[in-house]
Amino acid sequence: MGEKRFMKGNEAIAEAAVRAGCRFFAGYPITPQNEIPEYLSWRLPEVGGAFVQGESEIASVNMVYGAAAMGTRALTSSSGPGISLKAEGISYLAAAMLPAVIVNISRGGPGLGSIQPAQSDYLQATKALGHGGFHAMVFAPNSAQEAVDVLYKAWDYAERDRNPVLVLMDGCLGNIMEEVELPPMKEMRPEDVPEWSLSRRNGRDYQGNITPIYTEMILEGINAMAGEMYKTWEQEDVQVEEFMTEDAEYIIVAYGIASRVSKEAVLKLRSEGVKIGLIRPITLFPFPKKSIETLDYNRVKCLIDIEMTIPAQMRDDIELQVKGRCPVYEYGRSGGCLLDDESVYEAIRDIIDGGDE
Amino acid sequence: MAEYKRPSSLADAPSGYCPGCLHSLATKLVAEALDELGQAENSLNVISVGCSALNILYWGNDFLSVAHGRAPAAATGIKRTNPERLVFAYQGDGDLCAIGLAEIMSAANRGENFTVIFANNQTYGMTGGQMAPTTLIGQKTTTTVYGRDPQTTGYPMKMCELISTLEAPAFVARYALNSPKGVNDARKGIKKAFQLQMAGKGFTFVELLTNCPTNWHMSPLQTLEYMNTNTIPYFKPGVYKDTEVDA
Amino acid sequence: MVVINDYLCKNCGYCVKFCPKNVLEIGTQRNKRGHFYPVAKEPDACISCAVCAAMCPEGAIELPPKGDVDNG
Repeated sequence: MGEKRFMKGNEAIAEAAVRAGCRFFAGYPITPQNEIPEYLSWRLPEVGGAFVQGESEIASVNMVYGAAAMGTRALTSSSGPGISLKAEGISYLAAAMLPAVIVNISRGGPGLGSIQPAQSDYLQATKALGHGGFHAMVFAPNSAQEAVDVLYKAWDYAERDRNPVLVLMDGCLGNIMEEVELPPMKEMRPEDVPEWSLSRRNGRDYQGNITPIYTEMILEGINAMAGEMYKTWEQEDVQVEEFMTEDAEYIIVAYGIASRVSKEAVLKLRSEGVKIGLIRPITLFPFPKKSIETLDYNRVKCLIDIEMTIPAQMRDDIELQVKGRCPVYEYGRSGGCLLDDESVYEAIRDIIDGGDE
Repeated sequence: MAEYKRPSSLADAPSGYCPGCLHSLATKLVAEALDELGQAENSLNVISVGCSALNILYWGNDFLSVAHGRAPAAATGIKRTNPERLVFAYQGDGDLCAIGLAEIMSAANRGENFTVIFANNQTYGMTGGQMAPTTLIGQKTTTTVYGRDPQTTGYPMKMCELISTLEAPAFVARYALNSPKGVNDARKGIKKAFQLQMAGKGFTFVELLTNCPTNWHMSPLQTLEYMNTNTIPYFKPGVYKDTEVDA
Repeated sequence: MVVINDYLCKNCGYCVKFCPKNVLEIGTQRNKRGHFYPVAKEPDACISCAVCAAMCPEGAIELPPKGDVDNG
């Protein structure tokens, strides 16, 4: 059994990373994720790892790029404005086929926006983490415990695919304190250093090189391989929670903090006899297309996209699977204003009773 | 009586550099130092963007190619996780003192235990000869067609002078590669920088004044003379910081 | 005595310029890539100072140990 602790979401993420074998972190202070670098600044040296407070977001992600090239499990974290700055490095990680984990504890946007929680980075996370047309797996846990579980496995995905992994949460989940059960420490041995890395600790004695620049024919091949990889993710790696959807006439689609608030609204509406359920994407990319595409649209009257951002950003992905078979509505708060179960309940009531947006 | 053998760290092929480009001479000097110290296998070269990236095909050691200006950041990630490797970045002047100014100054200020070889040819060679922060006053480039005007573009940036004001760096020096003496001094300086790194002394920085016959629109021999009369009087060669000697 | 690996040469002329004894000159033959390359016009004047080798950007000039030259 794991070890139980009462922890802030951000600190749980940091501890889970250490237990997953992460031995390098570089980052730059930005609210609301500061507990991650603060925790790792003392925790990583305890386990023989290295922590660097970078001079910028760009430098930090490039430090991670260097550490990842050595086969070290490396992490960086930030919030929306910083993720924009890291876009360069994330694109280079994808180009150089380097595994690394990036955590975005998101806040209101665009621009400097606000320091309060928001889910305003869905499109950035899933469609364009940087230039050049690549994707990373995007996980959106909705509790400190699920964040721990996701972080613990994140490098396994990243190393399997030789591709960065993004964990998208928001300032609420980063800062609430919850009970978590921590997994055991993974010990990384020299033979666990990936064969492709530039480390010589794995016994490699030939020249190694890692590059984000290619000749056109090779790059086309790499692009095509990435395309195949994304298709494989859709077949094998989708994670989704379906809650009370079996008989549901109304379906909420919500991820992260919005899914927790929405679950409360579902329970209240169910107690009033409304047949409503919740589809919660845990992976935003690959998106759980099948869960929405294969709904019985003779029964389902509408889908409601609840997000803590305005306008809703996941709606296009939902509509692509609904294919016009029923209306899709949206409700949200934005800019750092929080969703609460009462307002979500009322918004859904309006939609159900009014039948219109 | 002297002997000279082509460094075994170099690929057995012509470099990708233009005729007379002192970048390839700089590359050769680094290879000589690696051979002399028996560090060719153990070294890891962080390759930046620009003509310096042509080294990809020239050095035989491990390399990591990185984003424009970010070599000192990537080298930080490498050296902090694999301190036993001899790590060096090889950067040009556009890469190092324009887009990568924050990275180089911060890595130097942290005293990161790696070496940066800085090739200063006063232009963006790879992209066709635009003005660099190091372009001399009056020097013509494709973005300063009447010559660099300090009223609108400021003055050439002196990196050795800047970096040597920091507390942490162990060794900061500039050499001009347009004469046998300069080349000889540079060879010793590069070797010393690597030795200091191997001894864990911290950040070492070697600036090499080079040329760009193609974008200066001169013959190779003319560039050497231009360096004597223009480059060297402004960018003065010398050892700017040496904590081993100062101590 | 200098050994010139002509296939590496790009005809920059640095070796000719810096040789203190005027041993070298650019010859009349082109290498495979079209560059004229230096030849020793006064081989006996060479003092094996290695300045030409040091200044060659391409590492195209070598000075083997004396014994090697005598044999070769």
